[in-house]
Amino acid sequence: MAAHKEKVRAFIIDNFMFGSADGLTDETSFLDEGIIDSTGILELVDFLEQEFGIQIEDEELVPENLDSITNVHTFIENKLSA
Amino acid sequence: MPSETGLNDDVLELNAQDEVESICDRIRRILANDLKRRGLVVALSGGIDSSVTTALAVKAVGPERVLVLLMPERHSAGETLELSRSVAEAFRAPYEHEDISGILEAVGFYRRYNEAVRQVIPEYGQGWKSKIVIPSVFATKGFSLFSIVAQDDKGNEIKKRLPLKAYLEIVAATNFKQRIRKMMEYYHADRLNFAVAGTPNRLEYDQGFFVKLGDGAADIKPIAHLYKSQVYQLAEYLGVPEEIRKRPPTTDTYSLPQGQDEFYFSLPHDKMDLCLYGRNNKVAPEVLAPLAGITPGQVQRVYDDIDTKRSTTRYLHLSPLLAGDVPELAK
Repeated sequence: MAAHKEKVRAFIIDNFMFGSADGLTDETSFLDEGIIDSTGILELVDFLEQEFGIQIEDEELVPENLDSITNVHTFIENKLSA
Repeated sequence: MPSETGLNDDVLELNAQDEVESICDRIRRILANDLKRRGLVVALSGGIDSSVTTALAVKAVGPERVLVLLMPERHSAGETLELSRSVAEAFRAPYEHEDISGILEAVGFYRRYNEAVRQVIPEYGQGWKSKIVIPSVFATKGFSLFSIVAQDDKGNEIKKRLPLKAYLEIVAATNFKQRIRKMMEYYHADRLNFAVAGTPNRLEYDQGFFVKLGDGAADIKPIAHLYKSQVYQLAEYLGVPEEIRKRPPTTDTYSLPQGQDEFYFSLPHDKMDLCLYGRNNKVAPEVLAPLAGITPGQVQRVYDDIDTKRSTTRYLHLSPLLAGDVPELAK
């Protein structure tokens, strides 16, 4: 759902970038661009669990699920439809 | 001895006598020229780094210009006080015992810590002990998050991954310990017109394994340029008691014993040293792997972890940043 993607994008911009989305695309790597660090991953996981009512397992804590808006969106859609 | 790949396994060996003389000379010059202080305060934890720092301080300026502080608290390991005392006595350094449990109680550390743990383990209470742990970088393919390990009074253990709020509150509360110790160090330094010596080794200094304005604060850090295995070499040369030199490194911060390699570093310190040396000197993973006793892929993961920690803890090294220029104070 597009609305889910927008919620993720809004959280990233608001929480990590203080409202300034400089150059952030759906494919931007949070880690490579220094947007999110290790505590940031924990913040993102916390947000996703609260916002979407999902439980993220240890083995799901990988860049393929969490390291861009597209990756996060695909991951939560898969979780919600499982 | 050269390894099959050409890198020597004695790559971190130093000339202990030359190194000690160089550090002591530097300490005296820094005290006289930069800090204008008459001696050094060192907090002794019973570990190798603070023991070597104490020995260097005594050698540099004499025992009468050193004050050693022993600052255990309720959660410290039982042997901490006696081990620290034995080091101070071995180097004939004057020492004072400041138990910080009362201050920690007054700032609400024990209550705040227990409340934070109860967010994930509601039954946590009297007689329980705990620590936080993080999986080795080799154990996961992705991100590692902290867990709390708690043990009840019968020895039963529970392990739970920490959500954001509990994790931050546990770390924030625990940081009181390092900051209160530093406050006491500066109290004694101020009353004696001494400077405060910090005790990090190179691994800790580089990788941000310290609390900002806690154990990270100091006027001089005499061993921050030395790899941990080099600190052990100096310990032997300086005559640090064997009991200290044989002790595995721990954080002595949580009520359950916590190894540095389950809390912060990916490997035991000797291997971590080699990997940090390799990273700093652009040694290819395939060359370093046989020396460190791990695979090239694992070396690369440690290299990546070193880069990540260096970047995420950079702010710990920074002085307060200004939003405008004050050129008169720029170096």
